[in-house]
Amino acid sequence: MRRISALAFTLLASTAMADGQIWVTNEKDDTVSVIDVDTLEVVQTYPTGERPRGVTFSHDYSRLYICASDSDTVQVMDPNTGEILRDLPSGEDPEQFILHPDNRHLYIANEDDAVTTVVDTENRRVVAQINVGIEPEGMAVSPDGKIVITTSETTNMAHWIDTSTHELFANTLVGARPRHAEFTEDGTKVWVSSEIGGTITVFNVADQSELGKVRFAIQGVNDDLIQPVGMKFSPDQTKVYVALGPSNHVAVVNAETLEVEKYILVGRRVWHMAYSPDQTQLFTTNGVSGDVTVIDVAREEAIKSIKVGRFPWGAAMRPTSN
Amino acid sequence: MRATFLIGAASLLVVESATMASAQNATSLDVPILYLRQEIDHPPVLSNLDPIPDDLGIAGAELALGDNQTTGRFLGQTYQLDYISVPPDGDFSGTAAEVIANYPVVLVEGSADNLITAADLASAAGTVVFNVSSGEQRLRSADCRANLLHTIPEDAARTDALMQVLVARQWTDLAMIVGPREDDERFAEALRNSARKFGMRFKAEKVWTFDTDLRESTMSEIPRFTQDMPDHDLLLVADPTDDFGRYVLHNTWLPRPVAGTHGLRAESWASVIEAWGAVQLQNRFEDATGRNMRSQDYAAWTAVRAIGEAVTRTSSTDPAVLRDYFLSDDFQLDGFKGRALTFRHWNGQMRQPIAVVNDRALVTLAPVEGFLHHRNETDSLGLDEAESDCTAFQE
Repeated sequence: MRRISALAFTLLASTAMADGQIWVTNEKDDTVSVIDVDTLEVVQTYPTGERPRGVTFSHDYSRLYICASDSDTVQVMDPNTGEILRDLPSGEDPEQFILHPDNRHLYIANEDDAVTTVVDTENRRVVAQINVGIEPEGMAVSPDGKIVITTSETTNMAHWIDTSTHELFANTLVGARPRHAEFTEDGTKVWVSSEIGGTITVFNVADQSELGKVRFAIQGVNDDLIQPVGMKFSPDQTKVYVALGPSNHVAVVNAETLEVEKYILVGRRVWHMAYSPDQTQLFTTNGVSGDVTVIDVAREEAIKSIKVGRFPWGAAMRPTSN
Repeated sequence: MRATFLIGAASLLVVESATMASAQNATSLDVPILYLRQEIDHPPVLSNLDPIPDDLGIAGAELALGDNQTTGRFLGQTYQLDYISVPPDGDFSGTAAEVIANYPVVLVEGSADNLITAADLASAAGTVVFNVSSGEQRLRSADCRANLLHTIPEDAARTDALMQVLVARQWTDLAMIVGPREDDERFAEALRNSARKFGMRFKAEKVWTFDTDLRESTMSEIPRFTQDMPDHDLLLVADPTDDFGRYVLHNTWLPRPVAGTHGLRAESWASVIEAWGAVQLQNRFEDATGRNMRSQDYAAWTAVRAIGEAVTRTSSTDPAVLRDYFLSDDFQLDGFKGRALTFRHWNGQMRQPIAVVNDRALVTLAPVEGFLHHRNETDSLGLDEAESDCTAFQE
């Protein structure tokens, strides 16, 4: 396990300066749009199953996994051809997932079924299903692979799964409608965003205690429209970029003080984000405006909007070698 | 604990999932909830197309109970829902007096008078009563009670939502057909008040007087009935019992849109709401009942979910603790309408967006952009603090 993740890291590092693509799922078009990071244009659009949402690459970028929620499957796409190679069993209504550091097991949130499904992508079998709260969505895995977090939107909890036993070892309450979770790179903390609660809860992983909450306020925007969803740590881990849904802003949060340093105006109803391969640009999916905003990370400013399909939701980066 | 469904494999794999409690787990709690209904004899209506479901309201409470139980599983909380339905000629007050004090929280489906009776009977025990059926404004004003909260919106919140859309469309000249029943007049009065609030003009108003079965002659009768109305942008219909309103659409003398209880309507819930995660609630409800969720189901669902949220956050079933939490700034419920649902601390009304819909689509979710309010834009809908005569919440 350790060897494989080290290899993945090497691959990433060696291609850090290379060109790349951002793959975006279009929930209401049943497609993925492929954006060329160099030209900032859509270069390909491939059909997918129904209502594609969560999206991620295998560690060597040879396979793209897509949550096709309304097709009740996780699809495996060859990103070189756009061909759907196969459907994985996923449980009902897979919305989000996370690929374990072993590069083999997908942990999938089954939104309609109140379970998290563990699928082995090699033998295409369901390894386990774990009962969690109502409407599981956010998924995160600790860097050492020992802990998976599922957030449940109606139960308002982060469920802590021990990956060696596939059992819950803790359930922690967070703000209303938790939708996303992210571990810090060192694995000591996990951030959970609550869309309706309008907060982020930061947990100490060692004892699952709450370390603090992030709160937001944007001048001229009603508080109940500030709805944190997707999160990305900055490359140096000092900041967290937070997509704030219908407030149409991305917040820049200081990872130590939990204070918001800046709000960046992006497209309408911003969901999730992905970095360019060199991590100088951040791409946000904007569901209502149907586009992707490109943020210059150093300047923390939006520099371009790219039209994609209807209701873009998930985003994943793939380096290309040319 | 449940067995795992194995998908796409031959042998059955059973994985026991832990429902163990977390570090912050409190001691176990039993949460009894009562749903008390006063049945009514519904008046006959012209069409037989849309019967009122027998489980209207209670079905929403049952769905929310399941949601609460799932959360409760992780915290050692057990929820129980008891259902008492009083027949139309039954003794509501006597039944309520017997049982109500046994519960920290009670949902009441009935008339405004039923609600006042229940709240007064419950006040000695401190029981919190949820109004899940009556839109009458007096319950949020002069007749309010400190232990009576409302998850069903007042009629005025719905008519204000509708008017906001008409203002946005600049359809400001209105005409109205009002049914002959008391309920019809009450809804018409809410429409008139909202129209005045938003600066609309009433060009004409007629009372529905037909006492024949119109179903085979609507195309000849209704154009004539509306022919003498002066020109207007939109025709309002006040027919909450769903008697004649459906026949007005596309039968008017002038080609005008219809709104009010038919055509363009303002509802706290409708089957056409699909964003904000609503599809999941719709699916869960449909799977459980085989029908669409309606506003009254949603009112009961939000009441039971609000109870679950308060118990989860306070680890208490003391009605006084729960009431304080409901009315506090900390209370926030996700009601699948894109904004947190909260309670107005001056009259116990749940603050919620209102869906303005037609049969096939959501037109918009009010408050409509541009209607501002110093506290919360949603307070542009319905009775505001300064307009309410409610004093029971001032302590």
